[in-house]
Amino acid sequence: MTAAPEAGAPEVGAPRRRSEDARLVTGRTRWTDNMQPAGTLHVAFLRSPQAHARIVRADAERARERPGVVAAFTGADLADEQGSLPCAWLVTDDIKHPDHPPMAVDEVRYAGEPVACVVARDRYAAFDALEEIDVDYEPLAPVVDMDAAVEDGSPLVHEGLGTNKSYTWVFENGDLDAALRDAPVVLERRYVQQRLIPTAMEPRSVLCVPEGDEFTLYSATQIPHILRLMLATVTGIPEHRLRVVAPDVGGGFGSKLQVYGEEVIALLLARRLGRPVKWTESRSEGNMAVHHGRDQIQRLTLAADEDGRIRGLKVDLLADMGAYLMLVTPGIPILGAFMFNGIYKMDAYSFTCTGVFTTKTPTDAYRGAGRPEATYAIERLMDELAAELDLDPIEVRRRNWIAKEEFPYETVAGLTYDSGNYEAATERALALFEYDKLRAEQADRNERRDPVRLGIGVSTFTEMCGIAPSRVLGSLSYGAGGWEHASVRILPSGKVEVVTGSSAHGQGHETAWAQIAADRLGVPFEDVRVLHGDTAIAPKGMDTYGSRSLAVGGVALYAACDKVVDKARSIAAHLLEAAEQDLEFTGGRFGVRGVAGEGATLQEVALAAFAAHDLPDGLEPSLDSDATFDPDNFSFPHGTHLCAAEVDTETGMVRLRSYVAVDDVGKVVNPLIVEGQVHGGLAQGIAQALYEEAVYDAEGNLTTTTMADYLLPSAADLPEFTTDRTETPATSNPLGVKGVGEAGTIASTPAVVNAIVDALRPFGVSDVPMPCTPERVWRALRGERGERGGEGAEPGAGGGLGSAGGAR
Amino acid sequence: MIPAAFEYVRPASVEEAVAALAEAGEDAKAIAGGQSLMPLLRLRLAYPDALVDLERIGELREIRDDGDALLIGATATHHQVMRDPLVREHAPLIAAATATVADPAVRHRGTFGGSLAHADPAGDLPAAALALDAVVLARSVRGERRIPAAEFFVDWMTSTLEPDEVMTAVRIPKLGAGWGVHYEKFHRTAQAWAIVGVACAVRRERGAIEDARVALTNMGPVPVRASAVERFIEGRTVSENSFRSAGERAAEGTEPPTDLHGSSEYRTHLATVLTTRALTAAATV
Repeated sequence: MTAAPEAGAPEVGAPRRRSEDARLVTGRTRWTDNMQPAGTLHVAFLRSPQAHARIVRADAERARERPGVVAAFTGADLADEQGSLPCAWLVTDDIKHPDHPPMAVDEVRYAGEPVACVVARDRYAAFDALEEIDVDYEPLAPVVDMDAAVEDGSPLVHEGLGTNKSYTWVFENGDLDAALRDAPVVLERRYVQQRLIPTAMEPRSVLCVPEGDEFTLYSATQIPHILRLMLATVTGIPEHRLRVVAPDVGGGFGSKLQVYGEEVIALLLARRLGRPVKWTESRSEGNMAVHHGRDQIQRLTLAADEDGRIRGLKVDLLADMGAYLMLVTPGIPILGAFMFNGIYKMDAYSFTCTGVFTTKTPTDAYRGAGRPEATYAIERLMDELAAELDLDPIEVRRRNWIAKEEFPYETVAGLTYDSGNYEAATERALALFEYDKLRAEQADRNERRDPVRLGIGVSTFTEMCGIAPSRVLGSLSYGAGGWEHASVRILPSGKVEVVTGSSAHGQGHETAWAQIAADRLGVPFEDVRVLHGDTAIAPKGMDTYGSRSLAVGGVALYAACDKVVDKARSIAAHLLEAAEQDLEFTGGRFGVRGVAGEGATLQEVALAAFAAHDLPDGLEPSLDSDATFDPDNFSFPHGTHLCAAEVDTETGMVRLRSYVAVDDVGKVVNPLIVEGQVHGGLAQGIAQALYEEAVYDAEGNLTTTTMADYLLPSAADLPEFTTDRTETPATSNPLGVKGVGEAGTIASTPAVVNAIVDALRPFGVSDVPMPCTPERVWRALRGERGERGGEGAEPGAGGGLGSAGGAR
Repeated sequence: MIPAAFEYVRPASVEEAVAALAEAGEDAKAIAGGQSLMPLLRLRLAYPDALVDLERIGELREIRDDGDALLIGATATHHQVMRDPLVREHAPLIAAATATVADPAVRHRGTFGGSLAHADPAGDLPAAALALDAVVLARSVRGERRIPAAEFFVDWMTSTLEPDEVMTAVRIPKLGAGWGVHYEKFHRTAQAWAIVGVACAVRRERGAIEDARVALTNMGPVPVRASAVERFIEGRTVSENSFRSAGERAAEGTEPPTDLHGSSEYRTHLATVLTTRALTAAATV
């Protein structure tokens, strides 16, 4: 299989196996829950069993008397010091932004909201004592349906706000009325992006260790830097007295891009008790209390000419915020605002999004964050348009997409796509997929009235990532910038330490960053160590989300390496008694042009800088360099995904037969890592299409609290993926990279649903709501509409572990 | 989550186990592989005062030939059962159903007897045991009982096993020559429970079905024999039509549940389709 490149061959582009994997895969590493400083106390949270209720009385006295219990607090006990959890993306000036105490004080607004906590000498004692806390609830009306929530007279999630609407955000470009007027084709569709639960492999965990008036907080987080600042803001503990460490973190998918109440409470408890405190969630607790993703109702109107050319698109969204606005909750659907037009040209576009409060777990970033929802809508619409006009779905896309010679291209949504080649990716995908052969088989099965039909789904997607230009974030009212930082330290022995502000939680930074540094500095891969995820070691950073690590953080590293070489050049010139402009740096060595044999390696220069015995006047005795990179533009990965699905019309079961993904993520540092990201992304996007859904009952109880009811696919449920790449470099950064963390997830969901609908079109079916369960497919075949199979379901009634306990 | 506190006993013999259960009283539970009970404990859906762990009792793991039947020890693991040559030869339906249980990790710990005692209507093995007229052997300080599968499952997650009884083995009558078997499991992901399952064994003779045993998974609070199917298909020639007509009778007398994975109406439909498929597969083996 793959190994290190040959000596002297470039590291960038080599499919190196990840150097961090041995410890991650075996678990012999520092997961937060593995850490147990002497005297650590354990925290357990009591969570609301009700979706919406007033807390009449909460009494933790009896819990305090239990053996092993050190302390117990209700929300009211900590009301004066716990503050309110932050929202850093207030998208409009008049946004409704309610307080969000880490533990509920007067009212609970979703099932699973923390209402009290116990601190004990072990986890068992803490958990047992929860049963001794008395809370009297006075039930209030749950708000579970977004359409009903925005009607006048609906019960309110936050009585004081007077409405369930948090905000309405509008973007318009072009004359949509003109586009719609007399359009030969007008498609109106309503799609639902079901609510998803992120489900990282490692549950959340936080450990806070006090030392005097200073605190070290270890957390399974994606964002140690943002978390540090926010914890300081919420608790008033000065930022320089706080150190936040994200040790090895086992996945996040956006769910750990958050400032959680449990993190704030852990810090407050460590301060109050003067001892280390730790909390680790259980899976069923996490399903209720980790922020959820997606959850939109999309009303779409597409106007087109008879030849399939799009005139304009109108998007009207209801986006479920859940009960509170968390770190970037309101901004997630807004990230989609710029993506509903996809890769297509059109004259007019209108986007309106209303953020809606419901008595459900808050939503926030989940892999793709706004872009999967948008991509789903436009790619489903393109297939609908093709069906309406009896055109091949590839052809209707071809007639509308931005041609390769039109880049850079300013879209109707106001972005400038810097580069792309949709033709090349599509040609490659069609060839790998054997498109014509499968179409012939499909026609044959239809002809034979085969009970198992074949469908072909297309998704020619793009996305915006590399988040993000700080100026653009500012214009969108985001609370921070989008730069990233890197430091390169050349040790006296010539070994290299790279410090990155981009905090990996499974992406493979330690390998990829070392590959970049090895190439730029001409040192062996093994000589580079990558440090990250600790504000004491990597003090400056904006962390990892939005497929930004390589396209922003990797570029910062690239720039920092160049600064090192520049500094080294001055010293080398002095050592070699040559002019700087006569030096050339290749393979880690400065040579003098035209003088064979003369030269100094970076290691020799580093040692000279360390000794500092003989340096040019006025020169700092150090090669170490920092760089902070703030991109001018997003990057725009794109690709063509094709899915073949077999649909059993007798049972409704869908089996994916083949899946081809041709992605263009620009230049590639490590193809093996890219391949892994695409595979994982496909699994997650396919899971939205077929398996995953957070289901609430009419009372607002989450009924999918275990993995028996919240279905995740494993490798056994997925087809073999055929992946390939085209490579159109990004022009917005010197590495030419775009980012790949979310592409697979964004692209695959519509490809799968398009395939299912394509298989069922002979039966007059034009949509199946997600997830496309066998029962929903079966009902669609019977001409039924509706969003939910098993209406009035009793969890667990059918056996299996089920969520028989409901919101326990 | 974390289980509530409980006493823990690990006897070395069946006698000790029986005594421990008798002493512990009503709120004790026997545990073997723990693949069903542990999740219930962790979710605090079950609060036994004491667990009597059967893992150390070697004789409970044995699978042996008992003349016209097999005796499968109660704590034989799924992995052991599905690979056992005796089971594959004389009770291939058990081997086939066992191979569909959860995933390899669960099959290495979970036990045959445990999944019957758990009496989960979504479990695969109760229907297979019912189809084969298995008999559960149980022992207590009061003596030994033999409980036919048809009387063993009484309600949702409830068997006739008394709190002081240890299931020691399950007696599976051997299928003779001419039998074909199939377990048709319908589930959304590889590790998920059956939405509906059909356990089926048929004996073919001269192009006709001479004998048929069909039982359904998750079509009610307990596994059910599809008697109407059996009556219909017996004596009929092997043909697509007869299997289809037989399948249409699959849901007769059942009361399938509605839950997150499927409505009652959908399960009723699935039972007909899957029964037809199971009969077809069993008859063409």
